[in-house]
Amino acid sequence: MFKKLSMAALAVALSATSSLAATEVTWWHAMGGELGKKLEEVAQKFNESQSDYKVVPVFKGTYPETLTAAIAAFRAGQQPAIVQVFEVGTGTMMAAKGAVYPVYKLMADNKEPWDPKGFLAPVVGYYSDAQGNILSMPFNSSTPIMYYNKDVFQKAGLDPEVAPKTWAELAAAGKKIVDSGAAQCGFTLSYAATWVGLENYSAIQNLPFGTLQNGFGGLKTEFKFNGKEQAAFWDNLKKWQDAKVFKYGGPGGGAETAPSFYSQQCAVYMGSSASRAGVINNAKGFKVGFAPMPYDDTVTKEPKNSIIGGATLWVLNGQKNPDVYKGAAKFFTYLSKPEVQADWHQYTGYLPITNAAYELGQKQGYYEKNPGSDIAIKQIMRGTPSDNSKGLRFGNLTQIRDLVDQQFEAVLSGKKTGQQALDDAAKAGNAILREFEAANSN
Amino acid sequence: MQTKRTVFHSRILPYFLLAPQLIITLIFFVWPAAQAIRQSFLRQDPFGLKETFVWFANYTRLLDDPDYLNALGATFVFSVGVTLLSMSLSLMFAVAVNRVLRSGRFYTTLLVWPYAVAPAAAGLLWWFMFNPSVGIIPYFLSFLGYEWNHRLHTGDAMVLIIIAAAWKQISYNFLFFVAGLQSVPQSLSEAAAIDGAGPFKRFWTVIFPLLSPTTFFLAVINITYAMFDTFGIVDATTSGGPSQSTNILVYKVYADGFIGLNLGPSAAQSVILMLIVIALTVVQFRWIERKVQY
Repeated sequence: MFKKLSMAALAVALSATSSLAATEVTWWHAMGGELGKKLEEVAQKFNESQSDYKVVPVFKGTYPETLTAAIAAFRAGQQPAIVQVFEVGTGTMMAAKGAVYPVYKLMADNKEPWDPKGFLAPVVGYYSDAQGNILSMPFNSSTPIMYYNKDVFQKAGLDPEVAPKTWAELAAAGKKIVDSGAAQCGFTLSYAATWVGLENYSAIQNLPFGTLQNGFGGLKTEFKFNGKEQAAFWDNLKKWQDAKVFKYGGPGGGAETAPSFYSQQCAVYMGSSASRAGVINNAKGFKVGFAPMPYDDTVTKEPKNSIIGGATLWVLNGQKNPDVYKGAAKFFTYLSKPEVQADWHQYTGYLPITNAAYELGQKQGYYEKNPGSDIAIKQIMRGTPSDNSKGLRFGNLTQIRDLVDQQFEAVLSGKKTGQQALDDAAKAGNAILREFEAANSN
Repeated sequence: MQTKRTVFHSRILPYFLLAPQLIITLIFFVWPAAQAIRQSFLRQDPFGLKETFVWFANYTRLLDDPDYLNALGATFVFSVGVTLLSMSLSLMFAVAVNRVLRSGRFYTTLLVWPYAVAPAAAGLLWWFMFNPSVGIIPYFLSFLGYEWNHRLHTGDAMVLIIIAAAWKQISYNFLFFVAGLQSVPQSLSEAAAIDGAGPFKRFWTVIFPLLSPTTFFLAVINITYAMFDTFGIVDATTSGGPSQSTNILVYKVYADGFIGLNLGPSAAQSVILMLIVIALTVVQFRWIERKVQY
């Protein structure tokens, strides 16, 4: 009797715990610092909004580290349900068909509402396949903009309310700033040789970065970024560096670019629109102006839209418990809510992902209260995107970016001309693309 | 060779006693090495979904790759630089400590400390001191009219990683040199002194030749260290740049495999590295241990 009773009690206890325990949905991400805290808040609010699923965010380091960790985990069968992958990893993820659970399918399979038209077109364009299906959930997208120090502009005798519109104007302003002693350097660029100084330069000036619509058309794409315009631009950067107008802040994101703007060493900083919060917090003792990226009026009179950076959320195949996918779908629905999006966008400076979030911000009067906060949105929405300004899709772009960085350094140290360096980068980059093509097609 | 021989009566017992060591070796050394060899003949997508057997394609491509040849050259300059710098400095310290009697232990303790610092932390430390914008050393160098910038100047970058890597190895070399010096019989040095040799001459003609087994041993150890154990230092200071100038072999394995996700070529590189280690080990055991004897 006693035995029976205790068995029954045990059974009840077991069923109780299994119904109480929410299904965990692991989410690997690469947001450190303030952004990481905000991200955890988003997950926490989702968890509080319902009790069936629990999203568990795990910080995995930088973007490349997070991608590498997720791939290694996948190979070992320990993959997270959701992983945040930066835009340069998009080519790699899209080619990994067996590893990825496309988000449009996830939403349909789990009967969650899904309206591709609700998203900002330039953002989803980057993450859609040839048939227009969205493969990953847009989360944090940004685009580079120009930040400038109004006080230094004033000191140098420039109008602080008028930002330079072209690279030539910027160089002239930089020279004036350096000559007048208002600051030690004119401008500095994060991602000087990649996202800002080559990828966005090509897009804004409507120059091809690669064949087959910058890689959107397939794996046979080849690099075309070694055009004479880009080469001339790199030669100019070298010239400006020698005149102290431009300061190089290191490879990759340029660890020293933002600090040299904060310390008023450099008058202008070009970086992600998501740096907005950081810039405002760190710009102690001077007024910051916000402006669109300059364009090159020797190449174009009509600058195109800039291209995005940042990351999206990819769902990985192979979770043992199918409920995890249900939870991921629910979480994505939550993420697309205008309130959630608008809050994330306004706090971080990332672009609003949905039209509804942008409209909500307008209704709240956010953009009027925060001048400069809509520059990034206007910049990616201007004009009609061309094949050259839709975005980039290349395999192993992370490694190729490193290579381009190194060629840029060869230009800055005077070892190569812009043309030589870009030709070498394109040649080595194409070899990597062929390797990627061979590994992903058979 | 005079070694104690133990005779086991059971056939299984010796294997049983060896098992813990053998299992560790198999799991942590033999198995990964076998994996690397297998991988080096494959072309695989990052997620491991598709693979093709490509024979030696990964190897032949490496030998045609100017970046790989550049990495070989950089590794050569780097390991020779680290070995010479750290060994000469530590020999100097060892000789100095060997002369002071009372405070020798104190100096020894201080000199051993850097060995306990993790490579990444050591890299960061030097990265800070040599930072072109905020570092103290570029600041002083600017008074001498030298504009230090390891982000642009390839020579500066190489010097930086050599200093950082050599600094970490000084402690290890120092300990061996001190031990080596203490085993040199005092009488030989005294005899030379009676014959009228000055301290400088005594060192180079008597003590230094007697130290040669230690010196050769350390040379091999230092080259191995510089080639394989300096990943953290390179990663924290230069990340292989500028323009590939500090991309040493072991860093390139990482960059191609983990950043580039190109596993086949990366595995081929690590197999080549493995062959280099084997060659160095053979040199050490066969050649040095036998020939350098006094």
